[in-house]
Amino acid sequence: MDDIAIKVAHVHKTFKLPHEKQSSIKGALINVFRSSKHGYERQQVLKDITFEVKKGEFFGIVGRNGSGKSTLLKLLAGIYIPNSGDLQVTGNLTPFIELGVGFNPELTGRENVFLNGALLGFSHKEVEKLYDDIVAFAELERFMDQKLKNYSSGMQVRLAFSIAIKAQSDILLIDEVLAVGDAAFQRKCFDHFMLLKKNKQTVVLVTHDMAAVRQYCDRAVMIDKGAIIESGKPEEVAQAYQQLFSEEADANAEHSDTTKSGKRWGTGKVRAETIKLTVKDDLVTLSAQYKASEDVPAPIFGFTVYGPNGNNILEGNTLRQKSTISDLKKGELLETTWQIPNVFASGNYSVAVACCDQSTIEYYDWFNGAAKFKVTKEWMTAGAVDPPLEFKSINKLNR
Amino acid sequence: MSLQNILSKKNRALLRELVVTDFKLRYQGSALGYAWSLLRPLLLFLILYIVFVRFLKLGAGVPHYPIYLLLGIVMWNFFSEMTSLSLSSIVVRGDLIRKIRIPRWIIVLSSSVTALINFGLNLIVVGVFMAFNHVPIGHGVLLVPLILVQLYLFALGISLILATAFVKYRDVSYIWEVVLQAGFYITPILYPLTRITNHTFQQLIVLNPVATAIQDARYALVTRESITIHSLLPHSIYSFAPYFITVLALLAGVLYFKRNATYFAEDL
Repeated sequence: MDDIAIKVAHVHKTFKLPHEKQSSIKGALINVFRSSKHGYERQQVLKDITFEVKKGEFFGIVGRNGSGKSTLLKLLAGIYIPNSGDLQVTGNLTPFIELGVGFNPELTGRENVFLNGALLGFSHKEVEKLYDDIVAFAELERFMDQKLKNYSSGMQVRLAFSIAIKAQSDILLIDEVLAVGDAAFQRKCFDHFMLLKKNKQTVVLVTHDMAAVRQYCDRAVMIDKGAIIESGKPEEVAQAYQQLFSEEADANAEHSDTTKSGKRWGTGKVRAETIKLTVKDDLVTLSAQYKASEDVPAPIFGFTVYGPNGNNILEGNTLRQKSTISDLKKGELLETTWQIPNVFASGNYSVAVACCDQSTIEYYDWFNGAAKFKVTKEWMTAGAVDPPLEFKSINKLNR
Repeated sequence: MSLQNILSKKNRALLRELVVTDFKLRYQGSALGYAWSLLRPLLLFLILYIVFVRFLKLGAGVPHYPIYLLLGIVMWNFFSEMTSLSLSSIVVRGDLIRKIRIPRWIIVLSSSVTALINFGLNLIVVGVFMAFNHVPIGHGVLLVPLILVQLYLFALGISLILATAFVKYRDVSYIWEVVLQAGFYITPILYPLTRITNHTFQQLIVLNPVATAIQDARYALVTRESITIHSLLPHSIYSFAPYFITVLALLAGVLYFKRNATYFAEDL
């Protein structure tokens, strides 16, 4: 088909990982005599990857560290060869997956521009023509005759990015460039991406940044443990990605031994038994099951959420909610459920649940670390909480 | 991979930048800079000249023996420098291999061009010495380019094999160091081949394509006293053995390199 830029069908990639790297001839000789399976283990990095990128599409690939994203990108760039499966690229493709490949700290900025340019496929004359543009975009006019080793890392990245965007190719591969540079330079990168999108340039973007996925991508896939587990609209993929982390937080909470972890104290007349916690974009639901081992008069149930630094972020109890609980009989089981608006900023949280008598003098159970959860939001914030905010309007007051 | 493809504008530009970079980095921080690429072989020549020509009188009977010696050293140095540079070239440029798609052979080729440029400079020095010593120049000069091409192609074949092997086996560099050391003595660089009286040994020694290239070049440029494989085995098909070995080494190098180049990024 004519409108397909990249076609990946059932691609597998396996690496041979030597147990002990045999980079000597003696080692190789010994291995010949031993049966070869002792020498290395196979690690399957990509399993049955299939997707298509259409021409003019801004395509996102997301996934956690170690999920196989970079291997996939290297396959696309032609640096690795798939073990099996079919990989077709129509048109030429940026050959690099990282910025500033081949940059040498001992050369001047100028010399590095020419070297890097040649690596990207430019002739000396072509680089000469582009040179002023590159330097201006990087805002490094005064530094071009200094050695690269005297550049700050931000300056190096700026220079690298400025050269990279000059690469003339039908398909651009971009890996995590948004994470670098200061705010002003990031702004420039964003503008450049918008321009690419407007010009219907085919782009494959690999990123952790869900905001970028939502903003630019037309379509995206999520890779986890070497397989595509979600593909489609960027919004769906971004949500699936964020869900991946909350599921993990759930799993962690379940794994933690409810009696040992955290500090737990109280008379034990009523004890929390099972804690369930789910995190959604808008709501955190906390359910706790309690069992009374003696008769107790109307108790109070409560919880506290501790933030990443152990600060008390939020607490609630049935007394404040003015909900009255009836007296408990020995052996009685009951469940409390709290719905907490998800105002939490990104980070790890720990929950304590408690039960005490009406006078709050006798604590039956105070259970620190009853559950743990992780919140992953689109933006990082320095604020303690990150509730949804609404910006109404700007009114110009001087007419 | 057609020849047109190999010499495409892109590849030539890349080759040029890689070579220029090599040169810039090579003598960085040294006061004499590029001069060292001439000084090194000249100083070696001076030592060998004092010891072997003045003290041991090795070259007695060979006209223009100092030039004869210098030419041998320069040619051997080229072979030794090119193979050593190429050997580590792929590994040294590992970051490029792993992060960008460029033709792998360009990296080996760029090391060979670096060595070639040095060789060219050294040959100019040899030429200057020849002029000072009034070495008569005959028709033999016309053969010199062919001899140099043979030497280069042999070195290229060996370089490709070494560069590929070094990616997997790091012992190769130590082994090659020893081989070069041995090669320096079993190649008639210091001594005229006439000093070896055993005919079989003479024939074995000139089988080495480097030895043949050196002897041929001396014959063509300096003196007819240089024993070549043609004078040892006149009108024999065996006199083509060194050239055959050259072609064989080149073919083996290209095939071995091509077969493994796809996996350099993973093996490094």
